[in-house]
Amino acid sequence: MTIERHNYDVLIIGAGGAGLRAAVEAREAGLRVAIICKSLFGKAHTVMAEGGAAASMGNVNDNDNWMVHFRDTMRGGKFLSHFRMAELHAKEAPDRIWELETWGALFDRTKEGKISQRNFGGHEYPRLAHVGDRTGLELIRTMQQKIVALQQKDGRETGDMESGIKVFAELTVTDILKENGKISGAYGYWRESGAEVLFEAPAVVIATGGVGKTFKITSNSWEGTGDGHALALKAGANLVDMEFLQFHPTGMVWPPSVRGILVTESVRGEGGVLTNNLGERFMFKYIPDVFKDKYADNEAEADRWYEDQDNNRRPPELLPRDEVARAINTEVKSGRGTEHGGVFLDVSKRIPAETIKKRLPSMWHQFYELAGVDITKEAMEVGPTCHYVMGGVEVDPDTAAAVGVPGLFAAGEVAGGMHGSNRLGGNSLTDLLVFGRRAGAAAAVYVKSNGKNPVSEGAVAAAAAKIQAPFDREGGENSYSLHAELQEITHNLVGIIRTGTELKEAIEKIAEIRKRSANVSVSGGRKFNPGFHLAFDLDNMLLVAEATAKSAINREESRGGHTRDDFPVMNDKWRQINNISSFDGNKVNIREQALPAMPKALFDLFDIHELEKYMTPEEIAKGGSN
Amino acid sequence: MARNIKLRIWRGDSTDGGLKDVVVEANEGEVVLDVIHRVQATQMGDLAVRWNCKAGKCGSCSMEINGKPRLACMTQVASFGEEETITVTPLRAFPIIKDLVTDVSFNYKKAMEIPAYEHPKELAPGQARMEQIDVERSQEFRKCIECFLCQDVCHVVRDHEENKKSFAGPRFFIRIAELDMHPLDMLKNRKKTAQEEHGLGMCNITKCCTEVCPEHIRITDNAIIPMKERVVDIKYDPARWLGSKIRRREGL
Repeated sequence: MTIERHNYDVLIIGAGGAGLRAAVEAREAGLRVAIICKSLFGKAHTVMAEGGAAASMGNVNDNDNWMVHFRDTMRGGKFLSHFRMAELHAKEAPDRIWELETWGALFDRTKEGKISQRNFGGHEYPRLAHVGDRTGLELIRTMQQKIVALQQKDGRETGDMESGIKVFAELTVTDILKENGKISGAYGYWRESGAEVLFEAPAVVIATGGVGKTFKITSNSWEGTGDGHALALKAGANLVDMEFLQFHPTGMVWPPSVRGILVTESVRGEGGVLTNNLGERFMFKYIPDVFKDKYADNEAEADRWYEDQDNNRRPPELLPRDEVARAINTEVKSGRGTEHGGVFLDVSKRIPAETIKKRLPSMWHQFYELAGVDITKEAMEVGPTCHYVMGGVEVDPDTAAAVGVPGLFAAGEVAGGMHGSNRLGGNSLTDLLVFGRRAGAAAAVYVKSNGKNPVSEGAVAAAAAKIQAPFDREGGENSYSLHAELQEITHNLVGIIRTGTELKEAIEKIAEIRKRSANVSVSGGRKFNPGFHLAFDLDNMLLVAEATAKSAINREESRGGHTRDDFPVMNDKWRQINNISSFDGNKVNIREQALPAMPKALFDLFDIHELEKYMTPEEIAKGGSN
Repeated sequence: MARNIKLRIWRGDSTDGGLKDVVVEANEGEVVLDVIHRVQATQMGDLAVRWNCKAGKCGSCSMEINGKPRLACMTQVASFGEEETITVTPLRAFPIIKDLVTDVSFNYKKAMEIPAYEHPKELAPGQARMEQIDVERSQEFRKCIECFLCQDVCHVVRDHEENKKSFAGPRFFIRIAELDMHPLDMLKNRKKTAQEEHGLGMCNITKCCTEVCPEHIRITDNAIIPMKERVVDIKYDPARWLGSKIRRREGL
């Protein structure tokens, strides 16, 4: 069989925000770039991002600056973020947003004609650049069109529009290849035909997004199967803190077919309130001590905040996502939930119908068309949904280079460290711009100094054999049922609230499914065969689930997106530790690694009394790492 | 509240195919994509269908449902009669790959033919000032989720393969209109090239595209008609006509 072969300088896996931003940067550095995606071009999960992109431009409140944003990010992540990533992100986010405008993006405006910014959970000032509630779509479209602009430029210069950047859509990567310990390319298959493809490239940027499909109730599309996490592990990279998953507090709960679909946080940012079946605005009961000085403890003050933010504390509905998700979970479990197991979220009483339709147009449509609910008149029913993974590939903050694998880079949701134990809404869209650009730039530098690294025939043969295997087995396991079993396990045993005994059970059960998955067989041919596609996605999800469960059992505390019923509080010792997952070819292993301490300049940005809530007396006494 | 429904699915590829009848369970509140997925998981493991977000935001699950171009994720099973058979077929205007999946590369080729946005050179990042009312016109078109239902329904290409070469289609007329109305775009003559290079003149405003748009973009009224009117103005305005002749002479 002759295999389709391509040769590029940089290979980008994933065409969401991070991948496209990396592609633009690498191409502008003069390199030839291939973009590979599992879906059609422009369908990446980034389009689902609704609320906005956080950047301290200070257009609405000029008290805002990168230092305030940095503090909010560290606080939101419960001081487990890698300080350098949070710093770079806060400093560079405004430039990345303004740059999009020079590529044609059209954000909503302030009265002065600047980019408008909205309030969001955990952000001290209105900070999210937005376009109604379809900000992610605007980002993807803008970068998709920027790629076309670069292709047109290449076309004018070479006569071939695809000479500098080519998009390989509907192609799944099954292996990242290495020679002599360094990246040499990737191997995969066209989803359409099942035909195999070899890419030779000395640098690979992983930008594959998240892992939501590992869970039963999720806001993620079918693509969120942790491919990049698993590919990186198999290529010898590490994952950091895979126990931290963000359950977005407000997913749809009814009807069952839409369970998990996201209800944007902007609903709360615009004034939506959460109530239980007693009509009680319950969030006032759930303000943690560390946030008491920033959040209103009574309705009157919370309501005043929407008009006067300088003299009032913000409503508790806008607490970081982990707090709100846990609160909803508790209300429902205590029997104060709605008929369908959620709580009520209501904008209709506070905001006029026309304003709702204008500010939250896609939410109005989503509820009207999918649930038969008119949100201008009635409350929505909402509950937590698996939304985002904070854990991911361990990278060097400045270059997005994967630790331990020369030539491998990771950016966006698939990379770990930036968001610590909990991501603030709006920080993801700017994360992928800031670190997508850095990954593209660093990959270009790497390629220029390292040159080609050809793939060996042995590596090709091994990758090809793996793709053929499920077709050669007969009467084996069905990938759909194994996937459903895995989702039950993660949902029941590795969900929002965890315990040591359940996690132990989960680890055993996941191992069992992994054993059975080695015997998956596929019916039908190679041509656009979803059963065949799922067989490979399943393998990735199993590895991710194993890393998550093993990290979760190791971390004996509750922090951000990791809540242990048997260890219900934060523990200063654990704040200083990252759980590092690696793969030995057989199983995932976890080791503890010290989290780098903030340098004095960043340490001094915080009120010492705030740091005392998170750090040990020794850390406080040291006052930063230098 | 589960009940059995009758579904008729087109199965096959570019060489051969036909409608296959199946009976499948449907639960309260489910959409057509849900029952297609159930068929896939329980009866036809290799049934090909594109989808992504399942929330009407990505435009992947475009197909024809009882002959109408629709998003399967936004079409409620309950919108059909209890005894009615729901027939799902691939988009007719594009070549079939397999089952419900078609080759939509036509659209990506057209996208590459539309000249990109040109930012004013002197305007540094962060310096742009635009009124909300001015960006809203283009924002309407930027809501497009590229489901290509408008491209599928448009009779200029639906049954006329020969027109595809010279016709960009409604999705790209709104792209041109969006750039044309963009407060900062510097490229001139977008309307003229829409007419001369992208086939705007072939559209005879039957509004089929507007009717199928899941984002409710007023493609015909707000993009196509205004551009057509302006093209006519430019063509028949005597002063402009004379101006263009004089300039052309100067160029000789």
